Amino acid sequence: MLAYAIKRIFVLIPTLLAASLLVFVFIHLIPGDPAAVLLGDTATPEEVAQLTREMGLDKPLYTQFVLWLGNFLQGDLGTSIFFQEPVLSVIADGAETSILLAVMTMFWIVIFGVPIGVVSATRHGTWIDQLSSGGAMFAASIPTFWLGLYLILIFSVTLGWLPSSGFPSLSDEGGLTNLRYLLLPSLTLAAPNAALIIRLVRASMLDVQREDHVRTARAKGLHPLRVAYAHVFRNALIAVAAAFGFTFAALVSEAVVTETVFSLPGVGRLVVQSILRRDYPVIQGVILVIVILYMITNLLVDLAYAWLDPRVSLK
Amino acid sequence: MALLEVRNLCIAVGSGGALLPVVEDVSFTVEAGRTLGIVGESGCGKSLTSLAIMGLLEGSQVRITGGEIRFAGRELTKLPAAERRAIMGDQMAMIFQEPMTSLNPVYRIGDQIVEVLRQHRSMSRRDALVRAAELLALVRIPGPAERLKSYPHQLSGGMRQRVMIAMAIACDPSLLIADEPTTALDVTVQAQILDLLADLQARTGMAVVLISHDLGVIAETCQTIAVMYRGRIVESASAAGLFAAPRHPYTSGLMASIPDADADCETLPAIAGRVPRIDERIGGCAFHPRCPRAASRCAIEPPATATYPEDHVVLCHFPEEAAP
Repeated sequence: MLAYAIKRIFVLIPTLLAASLLVFVFIHLIPGDPAAVLLGDTATPEEVAQLTREMGLDKPLYTQFVLWLGNFLQGDLGTSIFFQEPVLSVIADGAETSILLAVMTMFWIVIFGVPIGVVSATRHGTWIDQLSSGGAMFAASIPTFWLGLYLILIFSVTLGWLPSSGFPSLSDEGGLTNLRYLLLPSLTLAAPNAALIIRLVRASMLDVQREDHVRTARAKGLHPLRVAYAHVFRNALIAVAAAFGFTFAALVSEAVVTETVFSLPGVGRLVVQSILRRDYPVIQGVILVIVILYMITNLLVDLAYAWLDPRVSLK
Repeated sequence: MALLEVRNLCIAVGSGGALLPVVEDVSFTVEAGRTLGIVGESGCGKSLTSLAIMGLLEGSQVRITGGEIRFAGRELTKLPAAERRAIMGDQMAMIFQEPMTSLNPVYRIGDQIVEVLRQHRSMSRRDALVRAAELLALVRIPGPAERLKSYPHQLSGGMRQRVMIAMAIACDPSLLIADEPTTALDVTVQAQILDLLADLQARTGMAVVLISHDLGVIAETCQTIAVMYRGRIVESASAAGLFAAPRHPYTSGLMASIPDADADCETLPAIAGRVPRIDERIGGCAFHPRCPRAASRCAIEPPATATYPEDHVVLCHFPEEAAP
């Protein structure tokens, strides 16, 4: 399994190269000039041209790419045009918020998604199943920005229980209690994804329930709960593991919206703002980080597959 | 007292509010240590009967609508679920038609055998694993101790069926129900499995209910035979009595369609017509549309049972009389 993981990490390299080339080309296809954005409305064409030259943006695209790639290989993602800071430190500033948000969201997804799905499947056809399936359908259909705004309206504005926006670092005053800033955003982000997991756990458990080996388990005289847990759920997990892979992909794009709604200083909002500012190096850097995370997630999902299902062999 | 006594068992499928009878008025007994064969075409209700005895109908659309199943003196259909489970896998066990899918793909076979042992016997995991290896040796799996660590997908169909048998006999059941245990296997493997079952039965003294669509398989292993057609037992007798003188036209038809290696013929006789659909209503005797001896009475009046010497029972208006 270790050899397989190492091999997969080597495969990352060409994929990363292709991804970064693609991102590079697409960013430069967006109309607009970072120099003009940086200098504002009052700048003269001469000033804009000079700044463009200074930033090396007048060079042919392939030269820019090769330069960027050379720097990247040396661990230098370039300097943010807007912040005038190394891209890596700009991303690192947003990373704390985003990582904590992602971890809390995943926590809710697992805590709500899996048990509700299991109960829904084992009480198949009863009002409990209808209630949770209906609830899941509802949660999956709500747009995240709308849910976010309503949660703010209820819990921040009306009840005043939770802060509506921002996130001070855990190292700031308040320490761990600052996590309450992320409560509403993470619930917002978790809702549609937990709904997905509920539906998936339920559907795959119902599938497994019909399989012959479950009848064998019942014929052993096992308690129904043992059959449901050790036989049905254990096999259903194989399908659910795959879902966590694409849940991550969904989280990345939904985080952009959620971080904007809750004004969180995270990586998602950084991307949006950087696109508006035509801050090429930052966009390039963030997307590269996301690609790497995504590929690592996929690797973990594949490893989990092999671990959960002995019929899968890693080669 | 018989080990298993099924009296007037009726089973129905719930479909769209209406109950569709699929097993009607089925009665038979199995003595301890003996083998009963139930034979019939697919869809005749033989598998549902066996699932009802085992207690595996719950949770499906199918349910018992009447009759009783007495096992070792206890009426199973009225037993609370927990007491029922205490019997399942312990005093009564079952093996199924599909060895390829009947084992859980994600667990080692050793763990699957250990599971049933620990369910019914207070055994440590270590002792249970030792016992599991003994069981694998008993069902003639080579290298039993190493095989415990195998996953089902690493075994052939015949080997998996042996594992299923090992699991079924783990707690020394007094009754083993085998539902088409050899149907999915190669012919050579079929013979080995039947041989193994007969051998285990001789050793342990358990009773066996063998269900098959193959009269040849039944003939080799069973002392008594019940022939089912469309949810009813149409003929039952000792194996010797049945083969010597089949009295129901359906039984005769089944026997005529067994291929005979010695016979010099090119086409195999078959029973005319087809098995009626489950929701088709047939008045009178259910077999009359396909019966070579059917008379006008057969379409109107359901036949009554006729009993002959040596417990030979037939459900027919015009049973074949014994040869003089």
